[in-house]
Amino acid sequence: MPLVENGQIVQDRYLHVEDDGPIPDRVPAIVSAQRFLANADALVRRDGSLAVWWPNDRRIAELAPWLGHLALVALQFPKFRDGRAYSQARLLRETYGFGGTLRATGDVLRDQFHFLIRAGFDSFEVKKPADARVFAEAAARYSVVYQPSADGRVPALRRRVQRAGTDPG
Amino acid sequence: MYVYDAFDRRLLAERVAEFRDQVARRLSGELTEEEFKPLRLMNGVYLQLHAYMLRIAIPYGTLSTLQLRKLAEIARKYDRGYGHFTTRQNIQFHWIKLAELPDAMAELASVGMHGMQTSGNNVRNITTDQWAGVAPDEIEDPRIWAELIRQHVTLHPEFSFMPRKFKIALGASSRDRAALRIHDMALRLHRNAAGETGFEVMVGGGLGRTPYLAQTIKPFLPKRDVLSYVEAVLRTYNQFGRRDNIWKARIKILVHDLGAEAFAKEVEAEWQGIKDGALALDPAMVAEIASRFRYPDYEKLDDSPPQLAKARRDDRGFDTWMANCVANHKVPGYAVVTLSLKPQGGTPGDCTAVQMDKLADFADRYSFGEIRVGHEQNLALPHVAQRDLPALWRELDAIGLAQTNVNLITDIISCPGLDYCSLANARSIPIAQEITQRFRDLDIQRDLGRLHINISGCINACGHHHVGHIGILGVEKNGEEFYQITLGGKADENATLGTLIGPAVPYAQVADVVEDIAAAYLELRQPPQELFIDTVKRLGVEPFRERVYAAR
Repeated sequence: MPLVENGQIVQDRYLHVEDDGPIPDRVPAIVSAQRFLANADALVRRDGSLAVWWPNDRRIAELAPWLGHLALVALQFPKFRDGRAYSQARLLRETYGFGGTLRATGDVLRDQFHFLIRAGFDSFEVKKPADARVFAEAAARYSVVYQPSADGRVPALRRRVQRAGTDPG
Repeated sequence: MYVYDAFDRRLLAERVAEFRDQVARRLSGELTEEEFKPLRLMNGVYLQLHAYMLRIAIPYGTLSTLQLRKLAEIARKYDRGYGHFTTRQNIQFHWIKLAELPDAMAELASVGMHGMQTSGNNVRNITTDQWAGVAPDEIEDPRIWAELIRQHVTLHPEFSFMPRKFKIALGASSRDRAALRIHDMALRLHRNAAGETGFEVMVGGGLGRTPYLAQTIKPFLPKRDVLSYVEAVLRTYNQFGRRDNIWKARIKILVHDLGAEAFAKEVEAEWQGIKDGALALDPAMVAEIASRFRYPDYEKLDDSPPQLAKARRDDRGFDTWMANCVANHKVPGYAVVTLSLKPQGGTPGDCTAVQMDKLADFADRYSFGEIRVGHEQNLALPHVAQRDLPALWRELDAIGLAQTNVNLITDIISCPGLDYCSLANARSIPIAQEITQRFRDLDIQRDLGRLHINISGCINACGHHHVGHIGILGVEKNGEEFYQITLGGKADENATLGTLIGPAVPYAQVADVVEDIAAAYLELRQPPQELFIDTVKRLGVEPFRERVYAAR
């Protein structure tokens, strides 16, 4: 599954650690929510970037106390139709101010890129290579948005009120 | 009506471009039908029994003549010369070809119309009272707020993949003409004790397999907070609504399972965190949207001009039409004219391209270029000068749109049913047609008075059968069409779900049963003019049950 960051297909820096596997130091590692919560205090003191893979049916508030120590949170789309992680993403970005990397995993398809970016994701495990190759094009599909969201784009309503120099042509 | 600006037009153009690309990928085989399905659904494209169907939103039921003429053109060019108005202020074309869809959509976009979010698990078309802006009993025009919400939820990054669809309706009158309580969420503008206007927020209504009426979770929401509160409700639903069972995925189940109070608490906690953020509406934003609603430049006229009274005396046909189809307008000297799309033997809600063009012509001449679409599947001309009513009546009569069965037994609300729909278990349209034949005598209809029949061809309840005074639900039993009959439902400000009267009856007996029910009512009603719905309320369904099943 190709990984897209900053519009480019990149190698995943993170070691995906099994729940019973060892976590080597000084290596970026991604662990499950279960493993993380069982031993969070020690894990956040470990030397090396830490990431947590968070399920979409668990309240994101549980992760809030640790967010300052996490380099990446991976959220899940078991099916693209299951959109719970969009809410989790916006909560992470907008309510809890998470500034690390937010990765979309699972059934991540081209026609969701626009929504994912707007919800605050900046790392994408794309299911189909062909979709990953057209990421930039799909991401730039809409030049007008109607609502404020985690990407900070200015919605039409506010642009209208501000006007000056905002005419989309 | 709302006039699109450059932002709205550009977004729509970008949407059409995206869909054109998706259709091309489907036609080339790059996308399978399974992969294409959710993409087309988000643009209102269904695959029905015989062809693709395109559903187009008519936000808050307001159409310009430019738009209506475009719909006529679409009907001619891409369909079979007619369209079908639904129970949610949409229009459907049932015979569209996939390869032509992008062009049809581009044409619609040229007049500010689209099929976005008329399907899929997102926020659907926002509906209102079809008399919004003209009803005398309205406290302010709810369409300003409907438009603000419409924009906010359009291509919303968080709420495009919810557990299930989400329908929002708004009203601003004491009378409910938008069927508020059968919606996932309803917002009713009203005045509090301090004289401020705000919204009563109701959630968890819906029909289908498990019908519920929406419950009030916030009696008074300040207007500045409407977007943040909608966001909090949707966020709560998106996270906690059930996704394991399609029949339990609507918000009504979540509200019912948690209890309205616990649900409200969850929403409140979320809302407190966002209410003073970017979604708080400042007056300039509201004014901006309001400024793009065009209102007619009404003349100063008096109510009830003398020539009107004379015309009523001179022509009984005109007088009947006045009594049945013409309602009061908030501006003196004007009236709201309802046009029944329920001809005898016809399909409820169907309108031909010829009628659409003529109607656009009448609207230009008599109604400041505006047409309304109501959830009863009828149309309205919302701003007709009372002095013009006789002339308008003659023109409507000539094209079959001056029928005087509004709110009577043949003004039937019906889904397309098994004649078109791939979900249906039974036919709806032929049942409606047969009933209109049985009751074709207008004197009989008028004697029966206000009586709403609603027909659905399956448990999804698109014909809102639960809230029909007489509800008819098609079911399938051993490969045959049977129909359950409910009585006493209503969708107004005193919304009630109907009560089942007994075992389902076969297709061939439905019209007989309706005749039996009508006959029983005529015997049971209290003089002078007890309405059918009130007789059912007073006596319950028992006497009707006896009458219907005695001979069966």
